[in-house]
Amino acid sequence: MAVDFCGLELEHPIVNGSGTFDAIAARRVFGDELLARFPFSAFVSKTVTLAPRQGNPPPRLWELPAGLMNSIGLPNKGLAGYLAHDLPELAGLPVPLIVNVMGFSRDEVAELVEAFSVREEVAALELNVSCPNVETGLVMGADPDEVARLLRAVVGLTDKPLIVKLTPNASEVPAVAAAAQAEGASAVSLINTLKGMALDPGSGEPWLGGQTGGVSGPAVRAIALAQVYAVSEAVSIPVIAMGGVQRGRHAQAFLKAGATLVAVGTESFRDPLAGSRVAAELAALNSNTRNPVRGAAIRPGDVWSNDQRHSAKARRADKRPCKR
Amino acid sequence: MLMAATRWGGGEEERPFLPRAFSVLRAPAAGDELHFLLDDVGPGTNRLCELQAGAQLSLVGPLGIGFAPPPAARRPLLVGGGVGIAPLAIWQDQLRLEATVVLGFRDAEHAAGAGLLSGTGGVRIATDDGSLGHHGLVTDLLVSELEADDRAEVYACGPPLMLEAVRALCAEREVAAQLALESGMACGFGACFGCVVATRDGYIRLCVDGPVVSAARLDSAAVPGAPH
Repeated sequence: MAVDFCGLELEHPIVNGSGTFDAIAARRVFGDELLARFPFSAFVSKTVTLAPRQGNPPPRLWELPAGLMNSIGLPNKGLAGYLAHDLPELAGLPVPLIVNVMGFSRDEVAELVEAFSVREEVAALELNVSCPNVETGLVMGADPDEVARLLRAVVGLTDKPLIVKLTPNASEVPAVAAAAQAEGASAVSLINTLKGMALDPGSGEPWLGGQTGGVSGPAVRAIALAQVYAVSEAVSIPVIAMGGVQRGRHAQAFLKAGATLVAVGTESFRDPLAGSRVAAELAALNSNTRNPVRGAAIRPGDVWSNDQRHSAKARRADKRPCKR
Repeated sequence: MLMAATRWGGGEEERPFLPRAFSVLRAPAAGDELHFLLDDVGPGTNRLCELQAGAQLSLVGPLGIGFAPPPAARRPLLVGGGVGIAPLAIWQDQLRLEATVVLGFRDAEHAAGAGLLSGTGGVRIATDDGSLGHHGLVTDLLVSELEADDRAEVYACGPPLMLEAVRALCAEREVAAQLALESGMACGFGACFGCVVATRDGYIRLCVDGPVVSAARLDSAAVPGAPH
């Protein structure tokens, strides 16, 4: 099940979505056994911003019939705090570290990218572009030109793979992905959460402290699959897919849709070892020609493997090697 | 076209989705049982209350930071409201000290759990409707205990407004209090940052830096957004 992702040799295709697993807190809670049974083949850290952020006021969560809506607000220690406190601990993980960064202007993103590009503990960078550029008022990831300008400002600052985390709250996500590729992104990841809202049943006012929140979980899986499929057709760089993955067969579907890696997010809240379980289920699906869940035969062509996945994707787009 | 009226596809009836956080009520020494105290108030507790013997559960725990023992000069004073008595029961088992216990309930019918605790000179009970014990609030009993002897370490768990009343009373009298708070949680192990509570040092995650918080760290214990 080993996967090559932008030159990183990963043990299996299952990683975590940024902000859905705090490896430092989890190690404190579960002990070093977590390292021996680490659920992901690479660890994607929570978003790091230049200045520290305390995040949105509570309440921050709203449960949905098939998922979760959150307005966490990217609390983090800021770049200096992350470098001093988090990075040394995360460097001890048994898997490569992907650091997710977000800036409120292109200069801020550039500063973050530069700071991490010189750190050998960091294997790759992911750009969170789901925030407004304070200079233009535009959500960076919602507009192809805005994403292109951002990448032009940062792509030359690092030799590390640069992943663009796409927002689903855009009219043409494949066009944004194509713009990212054209300007030198190494990979794209999607989907981030979808914007939603809940009202306090008593007062009728917005329930979440941040007014609106991001919807995740199985409720968004079909939307994610459609966007991953469309983006995979639009770009030749690797795609990290996520959205409501709970089982191996969900991960398999994203891989068939063209993804190279699949991230588990909200499901880790229900089961801290969900990543390992999904990876094991995926491996079982790939080693059997019979579906262990339903007992129904799978056509041999349906069985995922590295080669078949690449050829399936190659049918839809010309592949090119990713930047490293 | 045919379908059952409930538990058929999505909709409100299909919650719960996330696991729920509970205090352990008792962990008997034999080590093969855990006891919980549940009040059927929402989709999560409703589903758990439906479970029959032999049903399977998923459990992650124990999680978080619990109560700490009192300094030698102070007597433990346990203050509980409703199902909030659960962490006080296991704390009493672990503490192995004589404790003063005051508990508040809606009415006599909801006070059955009082028997799970034992206090020096008995457990004092308050009910909202006066159907058992003192007619009034558990904080009335707390005040009378502190007036008799305020060399106490208060351990409290209950609804947000009760905890806030306990916090304010103890702050006024400079009595140390450890409060077991509750807020909506998604994961319980520090991953989601959803359960934060405002302290004087900023937000803390209640799942890993609580749920027991020293009252001295709080401007208010009336935590908004408890589980719905």
